[in-house]
Order: sequence, then C-alpha cells, then structure tokens
Amino acid sequence: MIAIVDYGAGNLHSISGAMKTLTEDVTVTSDKNILAKAAGIILPGVGAFGDAADRLRETGLGDAVTARAKAGVPLLGVCLGMQLLFEKSFEYGVHSGLGLLKGEIAPMACDLKEKVKVPHMGWNALDIQKECTLTRYIQNGDYVYYVHSFYAKGIDSLNARSEYGNLLIPGMVSKGNVFGCQFHPEKSGGVGLNILKAFWEVTEHA
Amino acid sequence: MLAKRIIPCLDVRNGRVVKGVNFEGLRDIDDPVTLAEYYNEAGADELVFYDITASAEHRGLFTDVMKRVAEKVFIPLTVGGGISSLNDFDRVLKNGADKVSVNSSAIRNPMLIKEAARHYGDQCVVLSMDVKRVNGVFTVFGRGGRDQTEINAIEWAQRGQELGAGEIVLNSMDADGVRGGFDIEMLNAVCEKVTIPVVASGGAGKMEHFSELFKFAPGADAGLAASIFHSKEVSISDLKEFLNAAGVPVRRIQK
Repeated sequence: MIAIVDYGAGNLHSISGAMKTLTEDVTVTSDKNILAKAAGIILPGVGAFGDAADRLRETGLGDAVTARAKAGVPLLGVCLGMQLLFEKSFEYGVHSGLGLLKGEIAPMACDLKEKVKVPHMGWNALDIQKECTLTRYIQNGDYVYYVHSFYAKGIDSLNARSEYGNLLIPGMVSKGNVFGCQFHPEKSGGVGLNILKAFWEVTEHA
Repeated sequence: MLAKRIIPCLDVRNGRVVKGVNFEGLRDIDDPVTLAEYYNEAGADELVFYDITASAEHRGLFTDVMKRVAEKVFIPLTVGGGISSLNDFDRVLKNGADKVSVNSSAIRNPMLIKEAARHYGDQCVVLSMDVKRVNGVFTVFGRGGRDQTEINAIEWAQRGQELGAGEIVLNSMDADGVRGGFDIEMLNAVCEKVTIPVVASGGAGKMEHFSELFKFAPGADAGLAASIFHSKEVSISDLKEFLNAAGVPVRRIQK
C-alpha cells in the first residue's frame, strides 16, 4: 500500500488521483500505524516550509516518516514535501527539515540575476544529470510542471535540473530509497505519471 | 527555460460543454471529461473551465464535473465563473481545481483577491479581466463585458498583483471574436507593469497569431483560445509543432 501523508498541507486530491491510475491500494492518512505498514510513502505539500515543518513535528508524523525511510521504505517528497527532506530552510526565518538529504532551501529571488518571474510557475524542461530509478521512463528534455519560489542548494543528491534565468533548479533528487521532485508529477501529464509509475514499481520490489 | 503555454477554454453549463467539439464521424461531444482527455492528449498545457450555469442549484453539477476531470487529467486545471466568495474557492479547490479565476466579483470586492491569496496561496488566484478601449483608455468591463466600469485596466492589473493575484488573464474585448490576432498593444501595456504571468485571450484565428503573440508580446506567458480549438480549425498538437519550428519554447508531446 502507498500512503500519502496528510498533515494538513494542501490539496491531496490530485496526487492520490494520479497514484490511483496505477494502483487502487492508495491511502491518504495521518495515522502513524498505517505509515508503519506502507510499502511506500509520499510526502506532499503546498504552502510555507515553517508551518509544514511545525505540523510534522507536532503530529509526530515527521518522526514516523523519517523512521520508515531509514528502515528502507521508499519515500517520495513532492514540491514542499521534497524541500522538507533537506536539513533546513531559509523561508521566512530558519527552520529544520527532516534531514534525510544534505542541503538547504533558499529563496530564488536572492540568487536570480536575470529578470524572470517568481514564483517559477509553468512547464520547464528536465536536464537529466544522473539517472535514477525514477528517471527510468522519462527522457532528457521532457517537460514538467513547477510552482515554487524557493529551491534546494548545496545538495549531493541531484538527478535532474531545470534552467530558470541564471539558476539551475534541482528538479529531481534521490539518495537510496529517498526521492524528491520539486515539480508536481501529478500535474505533469504523461511524463509525471511515468515518474510516479517508476516510484510505485520501487515500492512493489522494496 | 519556461515553455509558453497553450490553453483551451471550455464553457460548461449544467455539467455539459456549451459548444461541443466536432469529432470526425461522431456527433458533437459535450462531455467535459471526454473533451478534457482529448485536449490533454493533444498537448494542452492547462485547461480552463468557465462555469456559466445560471442557477445556484446546478453548481453541484459543475463541481462534480471538476472532480471527474481531475481523476482523469493530470495537468493544471483552472476554474472560473460563479466564484464570489472564499466558500466558492474552497468548493472548487476541494474538487480538483488548481487555480481559481475571479473577474466581476473582484471588481465588486477587491479584498476577495487578498483573502483568497492568503488562504490558498498566490499561485491559486487568477485575476481575469475583460478590457476594451474607451476613448483610447484601456477600460475594465464587468459582468462578462456587459458593464463598463471607471477602472483603468493597467491600474487594475497592478492592484490585482499587489493584492496577491498570481496570474492575469487579459481578455481583449476589442480583439475577441474578430479573429484578427491577439491584442499585442494591450498585452504589452499590461505586461510592462506587472511581474506575474499574463495569459493572452481574445483574437486567435490561426496558428500564426500565436507565433506573433509570443514574438511581439514577449511578456505574455500563454495564449488562451476557445472556438478555434473546438472547431478543430487549429489542432493543439499541430500548433505546438508550428511554434517549435518558429523558435518558440513549447512543451511538445512525445509520441
């Protein structure tokens, strides 16, 4: 079973709908006992990093997700959910993330030298830097849908990136069984579904 | 680099698309879910649904449509029409919409933009505006273009951005229905004054109009059209290939 973590951050309709095109065995949950039994975990998220990190801490869901990931259960963070996998964020203050991946989250606006719009919203091409399980069914140059104003820096887990102004935005990251997408695979058409399919297959074989 | 977006727009009344698409050998298809899947496969970058249902008791039909579309089509979905309160935002966002567009209701109550942006995030709130030249001034019209206001369109776009709108849909009433191309002058006037994405609407009659749009109004992020796509005069997949050949960055569908 794939568990989508519900910690009160945003619309879970699309991500659960997209997973349900692959398998009926999808549960949106805030129950740690269900997370403990899941074959794969998806950490979604829309909104502010600090609020989301606080909720994960207060509910204990952050510890539960971290424990499962460390036990080898495949974990996929999406958008803010990916950012939460890193050590810390500088979005309106300094906040600690789950620390499963090395690096930090910083405002794009501070590093942009060219006049491009923030948020980075729309379809951008993926430049695959290092193949991983989740890139199995996609090709270099495939477009994915982004909506974000902050991005990951100082990372050692890059798989694919997208060019925006003078910045290279980490789009896909992974380390072992921990995966992250800055874009929304559940809003990226067939390409996105292929990424989710690859994740689902990882959970089947984990 | 971001791709320029191509967006078909569907008018929905009582759960059906008002002007169905004529599929070869088939009768008019007016099921919104079937049409959404068709446009998704053709390479539409986003879909806009306008709810033109007159009566409140049929609102449920529209939200049911959105829910069914969101279960089948995994690209961004925008909803407009009949949105006048945070409850309306909530109703469509919970049923699969990613963005919500406001028009007349924001003219009546600009704070709706601010409240919605605070609750759901800037990226959710689209300010749609119907604009026409009145004595040489770009002027905002309300109620689907029926009511002339005193509002200057450039100022309204800037105000919308300040209040938290994440995107503007600029519909030129002067260009709309004429099929002579997008209103480049109006688009440039607005794009110069805002930093949020601007979607061009009104005037598309052929593929060349889209390449002209992105060439002469480089600040425009997307082109929106209805009838030329529904009538199949222009297919979205052909349009994407045409734009790519013309040097416009677009998302092409790999077969």
